[in-house]
Amino acid sequence: MKGKAGQGFGILVTFCAMLLFWLLLSGIFDALHVGAGIICSAIIALISHDLLVKGKGEKMLLKSFRFVIYLGWELWQIVLANFDVAYRVLHPKMPIDPLIIEFDTSLRSDFALVTLANSITLTPGTITIDIKDGKFLVHAIAKKPADALLVDKTMQNKVADVYMEW
Amino acid sequence: MVIIDVIVTLFLAAGIFFMFTGVVGLLRLPDFYTRLHATGKCDTLGEVLIIFGLLIYHLSHYPETPLVPVKLLFLIVFIFLANPTATHAIMKAAYNTGVKPWKLGEERK
Amino acid sequence: MIEEVFMREWVFLPIALLIALTILLSLYRATVGPGVFNRVAAINVIGTKIIVLLVIIGYIFERPFFFDISLLYAVLNFIGTLAFAKYLERGEVWS
Repeated sequence: MKGKAGQGFGILVTFCAMLLFWLLLSGIFDALHVGAGIICSAIIALISHDLLVKGKGEKMLLKSFRFVIYLGWELWQIVLANFDVAYRVLHPKMPIDPLIIEFDTSLRSDFALVTLANSITLTPGTITIDIKDGKFLVHAIAKKPADALLVDKTMQNKVADVYMEW
Repeated sequence: MVIIDVIVTLFLAAGIFFMFTGVVGLLRLPDFYTRLHATGKCDTLGEVLIIFGLLIYHLSHYPETPLVPVKLLFLIVFIFLANPTATHAIMKAAYNTGVKPWKLGEERK
Repeated sequence: MIEEVFMREWVFLPIALLIALTILLSLYRATVGPGVFNRVAAINVIGTKIIVLLVIIGYIFERPFFFDISLLYAVLNFIGTLAFAKYLERGEVWS
């Protein structure tokens, strides 16, 4: 169990996030609805605050800022490489050659692993099958996207730059 | 304005093209793992493009309710997080249960 | 105005009909489809198409309540697919 200061920080962040969602989704700002929102957010923040905020974490603001920049690069990669999948599916000869590859990374925290797994699943050519303690098992649809993960390692380096876990 | 209507139509047309690619891939590809490739990626992008086009339409035609585009933005973020996770979960279940992948040169499954 | 009805009738309605056509096409994979995993993948695809269809119908009929329904259905579809995958892998959902 963490100390009292860590728990208070988690409860406060969860309460603010839930109240923000309530106000943005409802749109009515009179006393009854805002009061009900505060009561519901407080109950949920007290019950399940340790699902959202794990411990203190250092340099959260810097990591969030770099994460937004990484998101912009990744959206461009998604649009650019989805044309590749469309070409492979609609071609009359269907040039696919599936294989299963396995590689190792240096990321260890939860957020970094989830970000890399989602990025691998969203950029066409590869889907994550299993993660075991830093080792990724990936199913690739052809040789070219598999090489982009194994040999170039652009995506792993960018995610390691965001979360600072070389 | 006419120019915004043309942009919205372009976004919707691109979205529906990607959705058709996803469904054609679901019917045509020879194996379970490759079918998940087609649907898990093209479906997500097609949906995001269509909802983004509708968001632009709402901002130009109904400017007195600015909270509805925020709701549509939540929907876009949720689809970006949820669809790849569901694809990965079902692929992991299939791999651990023993479905064999397809190599080049075998017959359709 | 004239051009509002133009967008709603000549652009949104054909798009909604095309999405319904893709739902019909993916029902083929839900019936034929050797094994249970192909069928679960097809049902997941139908679920994500329904989300977009609900948003477009909300714009055709000019009722803003359909967006809340589609947000709820997105969450339900996600949880359903996860529960199904967990059951197929382990044999039980709650251990």
